[in-house]
Amino acid sequence: MSDSLRAKKVTLGHLVRWAASGEHGMSRARASFVRRQVVQQLAFGVLWLSGLAAVGILLAVVGYVVVQGARVIDWEFLTTPPAGGLASTDVGGMSTTVVSTVYLVFWTIVIAGPLGVLAAIYLVEYAEEMEGSRGLIPALVGVVRFAVEILAGVPSIVFGLFGYALFVSARALGWSFSMRSAAVTGACLVLPVIIRASEEAIRCVPRSHREASLALGATKWQTVWKVVLPSAAPGVVTGIVLSVGRVVSETAVFFVTLGGTVRAPDHLFDLASPGRSMALHVYYLAMETRAFDKAMGTSAVLILVIILINLSINLISRRLAARLGGE
Amino acid sequence: MEFQDAKLETRGYSLYYGGFQALRDIDIQIPENRITAVIGPSGCGKSTFLRTFNRMNDLISGVAVEGGVYIEDQDVFQMDPVELRHYVGMVFQRPNPFPKSVFDNVAYGPRAHGERDRAKLAEAVERSLRAAVLWDEVKDGLTKSALELSGGQQQRLCIARALAVEPDVILMDEPASALDPVATLKIEELIQELKKSYTIVIVTHNMQQAARVSDYTAFLMMDEEDRAGYLVEYGPTDRIFTNPEHEITERYITGRFG
Repeated sequence: MSDSLRAKKVTLGHLVRWAASGEHGMSRARASFVRRQVVQQLAFGVLWLSGLAAVGILLAVVGYVVVQGARVIDWEFLTTPPAGGLASTDVGGMSTTVVSTVYLVFWTIVIAGPLGVLAAIYLVEYAEEMEGSRGLIPALVGVVRFAVEILAGVPSIVFGLFGYALFVSARALGWSFSMRSAAVTGACLVLPVIIRASEEAIRCVPRSHREASLALGATKWQTVWKVVLPSAAPGVVTGIVLSVGRVVSETAVFFVTLGGTVRAPDHLFDLASPGRSMALHVYYLAMETRAFDKAMGTSAVLILVIILINLSINLISRRLAARLGGE
Repeated sequence: MEFQDAKLETRGYSLYYGGFQALRDIDIQIPENRITAVIGPSGCGKSTFLRTFNRMNDLISGVAVEGGVYIEDQDVFQMDPVELRHYVGMVFQRPNPFPKSVFDNVAYGPRAHGERDRAKLAEAVERSLRAAVLWDEVKDGLTKSALELSGGQQQRLCIARALAVEPDVILMDEPASALDPVATLKIEELIQELKKSYTIVIVTHNMQQAARVSDYTAFLMMDEEDRAGYLVEYGPTDRIFTNPEHEITERYITGRFG
């Protein structure tokens, strides 16, 4: 190896001299080496800038909202209901929207969680066996899988419109704007999220575990319930927590199903009452009142909740994985 | 080879994966409380043949069979596979303990069959772990995850897990091929011990292992034309290894192919 090639590091100074001097006096190998280093430095620089931009934008949004919001957030803001009305006033907080959001998340997950997990079990454990064979059921399974893919990409306002037509305005049900209309529609929205996350997690459980269970004389359902689901639990839980985040941050769907009253439902089982989730509250404050500071305050709380949810995903799945994997 | 009271038997047994014939016309009788080794080159259908006896091949779509397979003269294809697997346990090539505690692994089978009594479960776990010569190594850590055990211990745990169901027959699919020599030796000693109470069928790649542990040996080979597995010869292990009837058996066991 010649001495010229031994220089590993190319500094900016080298590059400037290289650019200024042309390629005079350089061997072909040296020229190629320098050129490749230039490309490397440029590519790395672009990647670095992109990363920086992404983090910068995120910090700008979160930072701006939190700093603006922090001005109005205090214990009173969190514990008093919104004042209602159009004017910006000093009184009024966000307490009832927190309560409505908690109820809404609870009912949405109660509906979509079990349904999504069971559907995922069906798709992986029962339906995939029939793949390749002909008949009505395999064809239906293909349709179901396709539907889940499509549903995951449907704009949320379309779900909202569906819920509005079917639950809110339809005379037959007469549910009107209510917690139950919102919860059922919200469940439709997050169902594909839960199904896909659970499907992925269930598919990752090694085949050898299923074989071991079946070879011991366990039934297929016992195998799914006692072996497959526990192993898939971290992924399933991740899907459910993601859905919680989705419900907390969703606006369009609940705008047309939950209503907008600042009163919270009386209790968890008060399903006929309308309500106003935190995200919806931000929308109303920003668009229909002059209480922009309170919109910022509510947004800041919302962002903190989302950050907490995301942190909990990591924590929960790591805990579960550690417990199942034996360190 | 004919036995008065064969534990397992196949008559004119063939198996197809879709259009491909994997096993052709196999007649064999496997005696009770003996170790029968199944040897043969890769791809000859040894594992598929073994999985016949607990109907694990049912899990693969597109499998079709011809002929009869019997356990104590009962047609296994007439039995519920869940019930069949109560009598016919299996140990796999790679140790595959569940990501659960040592105790829960062994108690899995009895629980699946409806045992709820804690004392009875604890007794079954201890008995099975003792029978698998693992008790002394794990008795102080029954609540630890099975995945913390060494590979050899995991495989003995899988054997204990199979024993806990109280089967009559244990099928072993190359049970030591993923283990080091010391762990392999332990498994082989264990297999010898187990034949007092169980009928064992073991698939192995390892000629020495077959010669060391088994009483009877079946040599499977695939047809040169369509690659379907067939039984070349079957007999007492001593005779197969010292005086095989077929030249191809001799060539295989002396390591000239396969």
